[in-house]
Amino acid sequence: MIRLQNVHKSFGDNTVLRGLSLEIPKGTSMVIIGGSGTGKSVALKSVLGLIQPDSGEIHVDGKPAHQGDRDAFLARFGMLFQGAALFDSLPVWQNVAFRLLRGSLKRPKDEARAIAIEKLRRVGLKADVADRLPAELSGGMQKRVGLARAIAADPEIIFFDEPTTGLDPIMSGVINDLIREIVVEMGATAMTITHDMTSVRAIADNVAMLHEGVIKWTGPVADMDTSGDPHLDQFIHGRADGPIEAVR
Amino acid sequence: MSPLTLLARLGRSTLAALAAVGRVVLFAASTFSHMLRPPFYPREFLIALLNVGWLSLPVVGLTAVFTGGALALQIYSGGARFNAEAVVPQIVAIGMVRELGPVLAGLMIAARVTSSIAAEIATMKVTEQIDALVTLSTHPMKYLVAPRVLAALLTVPALVAVGDIIGIAGGYVVSTQSLGFNPAAYLKNTVDFLELRDVISSLCKGAAFGTIAAIMGCYYGMTSGRGAQGVGRATKGSVEAAAVLILAANFALTGVFFSL
Repeated sequence: MIRLQNVHKSFGDNTVLRGLSLEIPKGTSMVIIGGSGTGKSVALKSVLGLIQPDSGEIHVDGKPAHQGDRDAFLARFGMLFQGAALFDSLPVWQNVAFRLLRGSLKRPKDEARAIAIEKLRRVGLKADVADRLPAELSGGMQKRVGLARAIAADPEIIFFDEPTTGLDPIMSGVINDLIREIVVEMGATAMTITHDMTSVRAIADNVAMLHEGVIKWTGPVADMDTSGDPHLDQFIHGRADGPIEAVR
Repeated sequence: MSPLTLLARLGRSTLAALAAVGRVVLFAASTFSHMLRPPFYPREFLIALLNVGWLSLPVVGLTAVFTGGALALQIYSGGARFNAEAVVPQIVAIGMVRELGPVLAGLMIAARVTSSIAAEIATMKVTEQIDALVTLSTHPMKYLVAPRVLAALLTVPALVAVGDIIGIAGGYVVSTQSLGFNPAAYLKNTVDFLELRDVISSLCKGAAFGTIAAIMGCYYGMTSGRGAQGVGRATKGSVEAAAVLILAANFALTGVFFSL
C-alpha cells in the first residue's frame, strides 16, 4: 500500500500541494485526475523521491518511503514517463534492459537482451526494433518501449505519467489496454496521472480528483459518474462553468 | 537612488555571486566524491574519452599549427626591430608550451566539449531522462558527470601535449620554409631552451582546464531551466563560465609555476 499523508510542496511562491492525503491499496490501480498544474506530477514524483516534499509523510507498505536502502526501494518501482524519456544514445533493447545491465539487478548481456526482446513483444513490438535508436521510432512506439522498460524488472509498483498524451485515439486505446492487461497480469500496484477520461475508465480501479493541491474526491471508478462532487462532475464532463476556473 | 538602496543592491548581488560560487564548488566536490566511489560506468567513461579526447584532436591540432606559424611570423617581424630575429625558436617553444598551447586547447575544449556536455545533459533534464535514470536506480552524478569529468581530466593534458608539439611544428615549418632558419639549428634551439618545468606546467594547466570545462558543462546541464530556452541558456552560460574560469585559472597557475 502507498499512503501519502498531509503532503505539502511549494516551489518558491507557488504552493502546489496543500496537504495531499491519499491511499492506494496494494494490487489496485489508482488514477489521479485533475487539470494542468494541480500537482499530479509533483505527487507522483514525491513518492519516488524525485521531489522532496516540504512536509507530510509518504509510506510504502508501512515503511517511510525515503529512509533505508534507496536502490532497493527504487528496484520495486517501474515508471512510464510522459514523453517516454528514452535514452537517445542507447538502442531500444538497452533502454528496456537498462536496469538489467547494471546495478543490483545486473544479468549477463545475452540474458538481458532476451528479456528486453520478450518485454518488447509483450507491448506489441517486434524484435527488429530492438537494435534501433529511440529517435527512429514513432511517438506510440516510444511509449511502448517506455512501457517495456517500466516492466522489464517485474516491479511491484508501476507509475504512469500521462501515458496517452500526444497519441492518436487508436494508439491511446492500445496503450490503455496494455497498461490494464499488464497491471492485472503482474498483480502490480499502479498509480497513473492523466486528464484523459478514456484512460481513466480503461485503467482505473479507483479514481482521485486532485484540485488546488488537495484530493477533492476519491472512490471506485464505478462511482465516478454519480459522485455528486462538483469538481469531479465539471472535470469529467469537460464543462467550462463550475468550481474549477477555466482560466488558470 | 539613495546610497542605502545602492548598498543593498550591491550586497544582494555579492551574496548571489557568492552563493553561485558555493554551488559550483559543492557540485565539483560531489563530482570528485562520486568519481572515487563505486559503482563505476566504464562504458560511459570510454565514450567520454572518445568524445573529449580523440574527437577534439583535429580542432586542437589545427588551432595549434596556425597559432605556432603566426607566432613565428610575429616574433620574427617584431624581433627584427631590435635585431633579435634569432630568438624565434625559443620564443615559439616557450610561448606555445607555457601559454598558448594549454590556453587555446582549453578554450577550444570549452567551445566544443563544454557546450556539447551542457546541451546534452540539459536536454536529458528537460525530457525527464535524468529522472528516468534515478528511477532506474542509477545516480546521474555517477553515470553522467563523473565519467565526463574524469575523461577531461585525463585527456586534455594529452591534447595539450599534442597541441604544443603541433604548434612548435607550425613555427618550425614557417621559420624553415619562409624565414630562412636552419632546420637542425631550429630544433636544437627549441629542445635546449625548454625546461622540464615548462612541460609540467603545460600538462598541469591542461588537466585543470579540462576539469573546469567538463565540470561547467555538467553543472549548467544539470541545473538548466525548462524548455528549449533553458537548454540554450545552459549551453551559453557553460561556455562563458568555462572560458572565463580557464583564463582566470591560467593566470593563477602561471603565478604558481613561474612567479615563486
